[in-house]
Amino acid sequence: MTIEDLRTIAENERQAQKKFQHHVCVCIAAGCLSSGADQVRDAIKKEVAEAGMAGEVLVKGVGCMGLCSAGPLVSVETEDQLFANVTPEDASELVRSIDTGTADLKHCDTAVPFFERQQKIVLENSGKIDPERIEDYISNDGYRALVTAITEMTPPEIVALMVKSGLRGRGGAGYPTGLKWSTVSKTGEQAKYVICNADEGDPGAFMDRAVLESDPHRVLEGMAIAAYAVGAQNGFIYVRAEYPLAVKHLKTAIKQAERLGLLGNNICNSRFSFHVDIRLGAGAFVCGEETALIASIEGQRGAPRPRPPYPAQEGLWNCPTLINNVETFANVAPIVRNGAAWFAAIGTEKSKGTKVFALAGRVANTGLIEVPMGITLREIIHEIGGGIPDGKQYKAVQTGGPSGGCIPEQHLDSPVDYESLARIGSIMGSGGMIVMDETSCMVDVAKYFMEFCASESCGKCVPCRTGTRQMLAILEKITAGEATAADLALLEELCDLVKNTSLCGLGQSAPNPVVTTLKYFHDEYDRHISGEGCPICKEHAASSAEVSQ
Amino acid sequence: MTKAPVRIKTLTIDGREVGAREDQTILDVARENHIFIPTLCDLPGLTAVGACRLCLVEVRGVNRLLPACVTAVAEGMEVSVSSERIDRYRRSILELLFAERNHVCSVCVTNGHCDLQSLALKLGMTHVHFPYQYPRLPVDASHERFVVDHNRCILCTRCVRVCDEIEGAHTWDVMSRGVDCRVITDLAEPWGKSESCTGCGKCVQVCPTGALSEKGKSVAEMSKRRQFLPYLTLMREARR
Amino acid sequence: MTDRKTRLATVWLDGCSGCHMSLLDTDERLIEVAKRVDVVWGPLVDHKEFPADVDVTLVEGAISSVADLDRIKVVRARTGILVSLGDCAVTGNVPALRNRFGAGAVLRRAYLENETLDAQIPRQVVPELLPMARPVHEVVPVDVFVPGCPPSADLIFSVLSDLLEGKRPTPAAIFG
Repeated sequence: MTIEDLRTIAENERQAQKKFQHHVCVCIAAGCLSSGADQVRDAIKKEVAEAGMAGEVLVKGVGCMGLCSAGPLVSVETEDQLFANVTPEDASELVRSIDTGTADLKHCDTAVPFFERQQKIVLENSGKIDPERIEDYISNDGYRALVTAITEMTPPEIVALMVKSGLRGRGGAGYPTGLKWSTVSKTGEQAKYVICNADEGDPGAFMDRAVLESDPHRVLEGMAIAAYAVGAQNGFIYVRAEYPLAVKHLKTAIKQAERLGLLGNNICNSRFSFHVDIRLGAGAFVCGEETALIASIEGQRGAPRPRPPYPAQEGLWNCPTLINNVETFANVAPIVRNGAAWFAAIGTEKSKGTKVFALAGRVANTGLIEVPMGITLREIIHEIGGGIPDGKQYKAVQTGGPSGGCIPEQHLDSPVDYESLARIGSIMGSGGMIVMDETSCMVDVAKYFMEFCASESCGKCVPCRTGTRQMLAILEKITAGEATAADLALLEELCDLVKNTSLCGLGQSAPNPVVTTLKYFHDEYDRHISGEGCPICKEHAASSAEVSQ
Repeated sequence: MTKAPVRIKTLTIDGREVGAREDQTILDVARENHIFIPTLCDLPGLTAVGACRLCLVEVRGVNRLLPACVTAVAEGMEVSVSSERIDRYRRSILELLFAERNHVCSVCVTNGHCDLQSLALKLGMTHVHFPYQYPRLPVDASHERFVVDHNRCILCTRCVRVCDEIEGAHTWDVMSRGVDCRVITDLAEPWGKSESCTGCGKCVQVCPTGALSEKGKSVAEMSKRRQFLPYLTLMREARR
Repeated sequence: MTDRKTRLATVWLDGCSGCHMSLLDTDERLIEVAKRVDVVWGPLVDHKEFPADVDVTLVEGAISSVADLDRIKVVRARTGILVSLGDCAVTGNVPALRNRFGAGAVLRRAYLENETLDAQIPRQVVPELLPMARPVHEVVPVDVFVPGCPPSADLIFSVLSDLLEGKRPTPAAIFG
């Protein structure tokens, strides 16, 4: 494979697609799929065939278009139209009016902040290309970065490029990616591994799933470039078994890339070989922690071990291992293609590029968004997210999942970057963003996350295993209205203990939801322990009693 | 092949200057110099896992606490093994262990010979200020010579490691997550039915509490013999 | 502090009385102690009501029944320094062994399954069991903890001596 070969494939694909007057793209990523998008696609295909328009209309399944709450989504590219909540019955109307663009269907306005305020790097192909066709990816600049890297650049040049770009780990902690690559590359010539962490587990988060489902080749390309840069020969993608579509697309993608010689032995006729395998996670949240993930790939119990040594020094089977998150790898090819300066120009001083968020909860537009770093939470929630529905009041946004914190109104103008979020007690995390309105009881929210951490603790270290359980018991006591001020003091003591003495990130960050709600919503705790009680909890209890009746 | 010369590092522990080989951990050096650092999961001769968190120490210039059992020494390191904060954390961790399962010293086979019990004394734990959890846990007496009482298990995994690393049987392992974790034999079969167990009893001897004991022992009668472990390790290294 | 003798009480809740036996095991040292204290309440004292203004109360046993609960609340309210004496008071110990099974299972075992003649669970005179037997400090604040099953006579004597000298002892004592 040379850059010319790649160009030929891309050109052929573009010519083939140009033959069609209309491109109808049906989102078949997990969100829309769950509302029957596959049936919509089949119905449209059938209508096209019946209308004898198979030569004019290209119907393809594509990845996530972002506005999941309005799914199934169908776009007609030539008319620049987006339709929402499409059903199989709508197919005939859609095909009938495809020439005039006057379909009597629910239109989705794309000239709104939800679409206009986004900036797409990771998701640039998402919702546009067919994730199961490598040619579609190649015709959108796919694998150009890999071929360029192998044929024109040295590994140290690529590492330097990553350092210069300022890219930081998108898994949550924000460790500088270039620095990590540099550490692994300096470990000398020996067996090394590249691992893609796709064990996304935060409640309400689905960024990695969307990327893998919508554009799997982008991740493979990033991994291959990384492997070339650090001198690794083998790679693993550790993806949760609950993502069958992502796994399917990945498997197809790996096969296709191997067939074209973009993965496997002697890539681009060079001495560089790179093989990628998939490993399925069995559903343990803690396996998203890198050392636990590595243990799991090794076939051992998925429990973290103390660091150092870091995986970059001693990782998989004690070999130097580069482990990055899906979104991190997805940023690599564009950086190689467009240069470090281009990437570094986006975002803030210390947090470069964009970040994908899964916007969920009490916000008008729920779905997947990609925004430049430095955008404020207010812009995300009230502009892109369209604000709080049903005339309710905003209360808090939870970022970073069970390891993150709840951010109140007063901090809505703080920019979204690693340092700013940490300063207000939360974390960037992998990109989960759950918006809550006045109908959420913050103690109840803290209890929910603590329950999650307690049951997902691997049980290895004492503070996380039993400390989180003690905290959960106190939170249950508080929400049941049976707690006293002494219980609250004990809760605070446990927050400090679990945070400072736990072995891995799961335990160290498990108290965050409690700490931030205690800090910003202390009055709600007080209300629970005073005789007064919590009006929100009471209302919930009343309405659930009604339901059970 | 000639061995690379071992480098010596100098560090201070609680203000005392000590010398150490570069491959030693803080805990190794502390032990050599008779400086007490509490541990429950660590046992010389077994791989350190850093699980009990009792050996956390402060190292100057590092803003988090480090487990002494897995932290390598470094030149000029300044270690504090005790402070008001660390002592408080250690007592709390012990209390969490006592509250987690059903540790009733007065009726335990290892009363008077128990690492958990003696550490409570040593660290000045006067009572448990966290609510007791009182889980319902089984006792497996199916093995002809040994008993496992999960009520007394602190999940230190010494049994798992000694069985895997020294005996080579890997009969023991851990199942489930969080507080539901249990040590198990084979695939959670009764111990008496285990096909991999050689009946060597090493697990019983390294167990810090009364979780693993010999049959026929009454209250306070079960003392553990751990001398074999350094001996076995030594022999093994000599053979290499 | 005036020359007034220390008003000392001892309370026996759900325990085996072994801690009281251990107190008596201080033997002749008791004579020394007796010179400096007024024993205003104890298991063998015939008063019906716990006296007021007690300086030091030693509590043996866990809080197992409604009666224990009522008693400890009064004791706490009328005591200066409350001492949890022995493992039952400090940890729940043997009485708390039943917590895993619930009070009902214990009553059934004791009064129905093991009884051949007129088996019935008593509903009068015998105070009702709480769902859980609990250590004293989970119910009321405790000032001094003296673990041990029982605490040794020497330990009890040293704790008492400290208390009589107005010191707040922090005994280094082993559970069990």
